[in-house]
Amino acid sequence: MSDTFQLDGQPVVFESGQTVMQAALAAGHYIPHLCYHPEFKPHGSCKLCTVKVNGRTAASCTMPAEAGLEVESDSEELNALRRTLVQMLFADGNHFCPSCEKSGNCILQALGYDLEVHSAGFRHQFPDRPLDASHPDILLDFNRCILCELCVNASAEVDGKHVFALAGRGNSKHLIVNAESGLLKDTDIALTDKAMSVCPVGVIIKKGVGFSTPIGERRYDQRPISEQALDDAPRLPSGEAHD
Amino acid sequence: MVHEAVSPSPRFLEPKDLSLLQQVLGHHANDSTKLLQILREVQEHLGFIPNAAVSFIAEALDIPRNRIESVASFYSFLHLRSQGTYRVLFSDNITDRMLGSQTLMERMCQQLWLQPGKVSEDGLLSIGTTSCTGMCDQGPAMLVNERAITKLTHQRIQEIGQLIRNRTPLNDWPADFFYVEDNIHRAGLILGNTMAYGEALQAGLTLGGAAIVDVVKRSGLRGRGGAGYPTGLKWEACRNAKGNQHYVVCNADEGEPGTFKDRVLLTRQADLVFEGMTLCALAVGAKQGFLYLRGEYRYLLDHLKGVLQRRRESNLLGVDILGQSGFDFDIEIHLGAGAYICGEESALIESLEGERGVPRNRPPFPVTQGYLQQPTALDNVETFCQAALAIHMGADKYSAIGTSKSTGSKLISVSGDCPRPGIYEYPFGVSVQEILNDCGAVNTRAVQISGPSGICIGEHEFGRKLGFEDLPTAGAFMVFDDSRDMFEVARNFVHFFAHESCGFCTPCRVGTSMLKQTMDKIAAGQGTHYDLAEVENLDHVLQTTSHCGLGRTACNPVLHTLKHFRPAYESRLKSLSFKPAFDLDGALARARQMTGRDDAGAHLKENE
Amino acid sequence: MTEKKKLRIATTSLAGCFGCHMSILDIDERLFPLLELVEFDRSPLTDIKHCGPCDIGLVEGGICNAENVHVLREFRKNCKVLIAIGACAINGGLPAQRNHLDLSSCLTEVYLTEPGLVHGHIPNDPELPLPLDKVHPLHEVVKIDYFIPGCPPSADAIWKFLTDLIAGKTPELGHGLIKYD
Repeated sequence: MSDTFQLDGQPVVFESGQTVMQAALAAGHYIPHLCYHPEFKPHGSCKLCTVKVNGRTAASCTMPAEAGLEVESDSEELNALRRTLVQMLFADGNHFCPSCEKSGNCILQALGYDLEVHSAGFRHQFPDRPLDASHPDILLDFNRCILCELCVNASAEVDGKHVFALAGRGNSKHLIVNAESGLLKDTDIALTDKAMSVCPVGVIIKKGVGFSTPIGERRYDQRPISEQALDDAPRLPSGEAHD
Repeated sequence: MVHEAVSPSPRFLEPKDLSLLQQVLGHHANDSTKLLQILREVQEHLGFIPNAAVSFIAEALDIPRNRIESVASFYSFLHLRSQGTYRVLFSDNITDRMLGSQTLMERMCQQLWLQPGKVSEDGLLSIGTTSCTGMCDQGPAMLVNERAITKLTHQRIQEIGQLIRNRTPLNDWPADFFYVEDNIHRAGLILGNTMAYGEALQAGLTLGGAAIVDVVKRSGLRGRGGAGYPTGLKWEACRNAKGNQHYVVCNADEGEPGTFKDRVLLTRQADLVFEGMTLCALAVGAKQGFLYLRGEYRYLLDHLKGVLQRRRESNLLGVDILGQSGFDFDIEIHLGAGAYICGEESALIESLEGERGVPRNRPPFPVTQGYLQQPTALDNVETFCQAALAIHMGADKYSAIGTSKSTGSKLISVSGDCPRPGIYEYPFGVSVQEILNDCGAVNTRAVQISGPSGICIGEHEFGRKLGFEDLPTAGAFMVFDDSRDMFEVARNFVHFFAHESCGFCTPCRVGTSMLKQTMDKIAAGQGTHYDLAEVENLDHVLQTTSHCGLGRTACNPVLHTLKHFRPAYESRLKSLSFKPAFDLDGALARARQMTGRDDAGAHLKENE
Repeated sequence: MTEKKKLRIATTSLAGCFGCHMSILDIDERLFPLLELVEFDRSPLTDIKHCGPCDIGLVEGGICNAENVHVLREFRKNCKVLIAIGACAINGGLPAQRNHLDLSSCLTEVYLTEPGLVHGHIPNDPELPLPLDKVHPLHEVVKIDYFIPGCPPSADAIWKFLTDLIAGKTPELGHGLIKYD
């Protein structure tokens, strides 16, 4: 018999070594998430995927799946927490969707839509974060960075380059690049790098191609992220039993 | 608008700097897990870590240079830009403030024509604040180039100003500036012990590893860092964990504001600490141990190295310890560099590995995958002392001390409003009132137990007892008398958490800084009930979704003071139901200045 | 059965572009059933200059100057329910992208040092409202009850939101109607 845990009262089959998030997505159950990317080791920093496991809150992306766990995810209490976290991120950075190339394809934005976030609510921080437009083909807009480290990991693990790293601490934490000048043009980043494609928001932008998809046809115009995310995750072949 | 990145520091490495770098790197065998130690040592010589040095170290260690910047920028005491030849940091704990640190800092800034946080134009010095330096019993305190100076007075500040102006090398400053007293007012099990060096270790060797674990388990000993995990279980799990190497780590990153017991233990009982670590090594099968010493206690380094050396010479460390063939163990000291979060065990291990001190995802726990992913037994300074005593005394005798669930003694760091601040050692189960009596506190309004992340108790609770059954504590005991404003106490703690948040998770990174803003708004007389509601909302998010204990406890100071001292908040609130998030009229100041207007229309009233 | 009293609505645009108002007009023929339920107080549609007691206030645009503050306060004082409509009202929007610039250097550049300026001076007529050093969303100045996001929100989103509200339901937009751009 396969091992299962309960997610919102439904049984979820999992393989040993999977986290609650991985098992849930593979079985076709959506848990909201932002910094988790199916191709990378779970990071656990955004906390959007917070669930209650046997009554205690935990990040589902890093929580190892175990037989018999009672996991609660789609509850008003947890969605309210997620809403507040999204609001915090919006207030913390400079997220001006109307002028962002990533709008419509942005995971933060799509989560805001899905969670019915109408406003950041909090006091906007309006941080001063100068752009890095030094590279001929690539723009870095730090205003939108949510510090998920996906670009850091993609560059290190897939591209073998270490173009990105995080510097500073606390609220002054920020993204830096690997160059004595501090500028992207002096790094070995290439358009074909994995790091170019993993940013969930609009920090790493390919120059010259902004707003290429008409409004209404963009990724999250068409389907809410709760549906889209399930397609993005590795799925188990349906109906197959697992030991 | 596009800004150019900040230009790299123009400094190139001079030949003597270069040879110094090579020397430091060579000393650490170009090992990138020693990065933090390398950066510290480079800075000790050069005053900061110049851009050219970053590139040089990156090449030598074969790591990307942005990893060096990433690590260096995480720690408050490491600088990638020059902060002046003399870097003056006033300890900013509430106890320092109560002793007048803010006035002293203002005075010093005036005297030296300087703004806080800025480097003087001649590059001579900078003046700023830092989190509690662990000198609460002899504050106000400061660090000058990371050397602790205690008992600051106006006169002492003036003298320091003169010494800096005259560019007097720190080594030539009056020795009494750097004198740190132990202030032990009540000795017990640990501070009164009369064991000879190696006595407990000899007892342990007779027992053997498995029996040591058994004794520690039966002694009921629980971790003294605050969480109170049973030490014996930890050692047993580590002993049983599979790995290529096992490690013992002593957490001497005593960063909780108001705590200074480890400072005194390392000064007076360093042998007992190392003996406990060595016994642990015997129990878990470790060959290598680390003492992670907070940067603020840098002044203890030579003393501790001396004790280690003496122990090596006495065959209490090294190869075939006390003649036991195959029992090899040694201890290395790693210095922190100003990051409270490194007191969290997994963050400490990251820092030991030369990384940013970001808490890991747990599980796995350090006992199975700790330092270099190997089984690691990590305990507090005081825990190792208690373990050594328990092994020496035997489980039955030890567990007879204290209470049933909190055996043994506890060192309490008393500071704040009392005539006799310092270290008091009691068996567990002592009441708050008894400690207040012993330290001579009168008219006490509140006691902050176990630091900002602990709990604040009011007068009606002074009968409560210290111990895991009632009031668990890592040892801080800050006393506030009835002249103190508990709102300001909470605000100081909230600032502390915002400054020390590692920034890894959203709720703590953003939440602690929003909490700080809201407390500042209330302090400025602009708070309303909406702001109190926001504090409660932030608290809920921080408590339920934060990655580690820092975020989960960051709201405690506010919650506890709101519970016991609500009028301290309410008296500051506006009767209005809503107040703007910012100063409206102040936001027009720039425009007034530029237009030269001062008519009625050029101002905004607070309310209309 | 007595005729249901019409709800009174006021609208205004502060540091905005009137795009949200254009979107209100975009509800097209649904304006007629809406007018069965509501009547307009101060609004560009009525040209009433000051707001009287209202049930609902719709405010477009953020707060960039002293006059914005006065108008917003007038709305808050008079409207039982105050709604921030559009990106600028909610997070400052496009105008807030000046927030990382220093106001003094902005004014200096525009009125004093811009090439081609002759006898430039920074306008100081008391008739002109002074700019704030930063642009702020509405909820940082007064209590806001609801937010309709979008740049602008679509006519359908506005329609859904207002009809929910008028029907006494907590407005929800849902996929397709909730937009930040």
